[in-house]
Amino acid sequence: MQVKEYKPLIVAFCCNWCSYAGADLAGNNRLNYPADVKIIRVPCSCRVNPMFVLRAFQRGADGVILCGCHPGDCHYTSGNYYTRRRMALLFSMLDYLCIERERTRVEWVSAAEGAKFAATMNDFAEKVAALGENKRLEDLRCKK
Amino acid sequence: MQRIGVFVCWCGSNIAGTVDVVAVAEALKKEPGVVFSANYQYMCSQAGQDLIKNAIKEHNLTGIVVCSCSPRMHEATFRKTAAAAGLNPYMVEIANIREQCSWVHKEMPIGTEKAIILGKAAVAKVNLNTPLVPGESPVTKRALVIGGGIAGIQTALDIADAGFEVDIVEKKPTIGGKMAQLDKTFPTLDCAACILTPKMVDVAQNEKIRIFSYSEVTDVKGFVGNFDVTIKKKARYVKEELCTGCGACTEKCPMKKVPNDFNLNMDTKRAIYIPFAQAVPKVATIDPDYCNMLKNGKCGVCSKVCAAGAIDYTQKDEFIEEKYGAIVVATGFNPISMDKFDEFAYNQSKDVITSLEFERLTNAAGPTAGKLLRPSDHKHPEKIVFVQCVGSRCDACNEKGKEYCSKICCMYTAKHAMLTRDKYPDTEVYVFYIDVRTPGKNFDEFYRRAVEEYGVHYIKGMVGKVVPEGDKLIVQASDLLDNKQLKIEADLVVLAAAIEPDKSARPLATLLTASMDTNDFFTEAHPKLRPVESPTAGVFLSGACQGPKDIPETVAQAGAAASKVIGLLAKDKLTGNPCVAHSNEMMCNGCSSCERVCPYGAITYEDKEFRMPDRTTLMRRIAVVNPAVCQGCGCCTVACPSGAMDLKGFASEQIIAEVDAICK
Amino acid sequence: MSNSKKYLQEEIIRTSGVNPKKCMRCGKCSATCPAYDEMEYHPHQFVYMVESGNIEPLLESDSLYRCLTCFACVDRCPRSVEPAKLVEAVRLAAIRKQGNNRMTANDVPELIDDETPQQLIVSAFRKYTK
Repeated sequence: MQVKEYKPLIVAFCCNWCSYAGADLAGNNRLNYPADVKIIRVPCSCRVNPMFVLRAFQRGADGVILCGCHPGDCHYTSGNYYTRRRMALLFSMLDYLCIERERTRVEWVSAAEGAKFAATMNDFAEKVAALGENKRLEDLRCKK
Repeated sequence: MQRIGVFVCWCGSNIAGTVDVVAVAEALKKEPGVVFSANYQYMCSQAGQDLIKNAIKEHNLTGIVVCSCSPRMHEATFRKTAAAAGLNPYMVEIANIREQCSWVHKEMPIGTEKAIILGKAAVAKVNLNTPLVPGESPVTKRALVIGGGIAGIQTALDIADAGFEVDIVEKKPTIGGKMAQLDKTFPTLDCAACILTPKMVDVAQNEKIRIFSYSEVTDVKGFVGNFDVTIKKKARYVKEELCTGCGACTEKCPMKKVPNDFNLNMDTKRAIYIPFAQAVPKVATIDPDYCNMLKNGKCGVCSKVCAAGAIDYTQKDEFIEEKYGAIVVATGFNPISMDKFDEFAYNQSKDVITSLEFERLTNAAGPTAGKLLRPSDHKHPEKIVFVQCVGSRCDACNEKGKEYCSKICCMYTAKHAMLTRDKYPDTEVYVFYIDVRTPGKNFDEFYRRAVEEYGVHYIKGMVGKVVPEGDKLIVQASDLLDNKQLKIEADLVVLAAAIEPDKSARPLATLLTASMDTNDFFTEAHPKLRPVESPTAGVFLSGACQGPKDIPETVAQAGAAASKVIGLLAKDKLTGNPCVAHSNEMMCNGCSSCERVCPYGAITYEDKEFRMPDRTTLMRRIAVVNPAVCQGCGCCTVACPSGAMDLKGFASEQIIAEVDAICK
Repeated sequence: MSNSKKYLQEEIIRTSGVNPKKCMRCGKCSATCPAYDEMEYHPHQFVYMVESGNIEPLLESDSLYRCLTCFACVDRCPRSVEPAKLVEAVRLAAIRKQGNNRMTANDVPELIDDETPQQLIVSAFRKYTK
């Protein structure tokens, strides 16, 4: 049997105003990062319900990263502060459930930080890949 | 079931170079709901758009996915295309396969695979899209300015100049604010009254402007374009429409020992008063705390001497309700209280004064008619010590002062020192400073002139304590550059007190649901790009209520706020962003979680009657989102414990569908 | 900065609980100090010298013992730097340095009697033990 090369599956939630634009800038500057990272656009990082993160893990994601505006720069004034608090709680709970801390992350990426976006994704993908497949929360019933 | 069309763009070789666009179009054709798929070199070109339009008509498409560049680039373009073909523009989704795929990945198989997944996610989302229509609301073409200082005056004049009606609400009996109390203004040294009072007269004579003096805003309801405001007109016991401002009453009133707050209580006024000669409106006001007639019904002198018959001891507070389209906050500032700074002996000696008091002492219309005399014995001071940064730039845990730099103190202290040396060359003037901050046009030149031409002694160091001894004040201070401790026998000590927002700002912010920082300054919608707008739509900021400012900056900001108001009032209708939150009233339990996290105050509660299956009715409290105020961040959707709150265009279901599509 | 200097600086910052970086150099501490004329190094200099790690001259200086610990500087410092606590920490460092373990834990039982307050023994132990 041929062993398929392991590729992590990473879901990135990016806020429309800063991080999504940062990701676009990374593209404009042709800064490479792994194709394992798939971006979902949300209006603000505070739109990300912890449920979405759990859903991603349940469906077999190996890592979930949230990107928002830098603290104080939120387009909606205070959204990213809520994100920070909510995700601190969620991630510590996931940690308790043996979902390693390296599989979850909140990062602040501004619209000018294309290089930071690419570097963050490279680093995150590398750390997640080192941990291997996430089976802890994966719901096998979802596997087809 | 949706009928979805997928359009894959080559973007020349930008996408097609790393992504097999034909394979992507083929793969996405198999997705649920997709009935049509195509690829084309430049989808954003006229020919590409025509391709989309024709496909929509030909295949009766209910939704489209365009796999192309970033939605930040061409989402608007494709939405217009869809609208032109009769499709709701919010039925368009973009899969970003250029910036986030072809440009960052180098190998064709990898790029193609990712592009297919991104396309699948967009298809999954568009399957759940619903047509959205932006809400419209009318605009009341009138503005309210709260605060009648130079900021409020300038804003009102500029708005009125554009042809819109403006009302100014001022809590004092006259407009003019702090600037009316000043003597000269830096750095040009023109007299404040000479440049302010003509503006005050302009306000009074402008047909578009109404002044509610001695009034306060007590209630604000509604939202951008449609505010309902209640204004309390406090009883001044004088009929405004009859009073001619002749001043006969203020001369004859027997109650002479009323502290004069306009002169910062350094002299007295009568119980019936006009704050200063150029007051607007020039109408007398009775202070009910001192008037004998109001207190115990004995006196009535003013009513006897008033030829116009304007005195009315039975006047009551009046509540006026008005409608406005925009509100400008211009509540201004005050110097902080010096009570906590025992070391400067402010409460022990009359000769320790604040800079604003010094301003009145040197003002020709002030308590000493412009002669610089000590408040205690009315002697001419021979040695004056100015202390800067009193209460500014303190540590966060310091309870006495403020963390921020008050910005204007360096310049007005230089002005005071210079004017003193100019008028009284025999007077020694010392200024103790930590840093001299003079960023501004002609500011540093002004400060240097005070030192070089007028011989003001600037000493780097702080005053440690002031001790009254006889008729002198012993000032103990450090000279850091000379590494010495100085003891100066001064006649007058002037404290450059930090400034803080007016106390009325905090309750007003609550009424307006406008946000404030920890220092009670109003926060801007964006600190750099939207500095005169509050995050609450329709509320604008002018002057020192937003942060410490000098007069030129205040006037500039007032004009900017006015232009934003004019921009709003010039519209007949406001079109909102349709991607707003909405609550499912069957699931909402009225817990207020969403209201607490909303930065815009867009969520309110109402009691709604529900019919139960057994024909009884039930009253339940439910959340209602005002679509004109909501900006669509979605914070409330996560805070909602029952899942009743959702965001149109970014619904939980849609985002989960995207997650599922990506993780498949 | 050499390692020993750095160690001393860290020790003084730790024992005093003062962050000298908060100082904005206004000199209000020195302006308010009643023992100013007695001192070679003045309160604002203490803060600056600790911040820059130049502590040796302070250890040698008589200024240490001129500070009355009246806390006027602590009360009036707008930045809550608390210079008097720094002076106290440097004083402690000087005493410890001279002392070279003048007291050990074994000495404590001998010193306990009914008349000596226990607090005195505790503070002596803290001061005279490295």
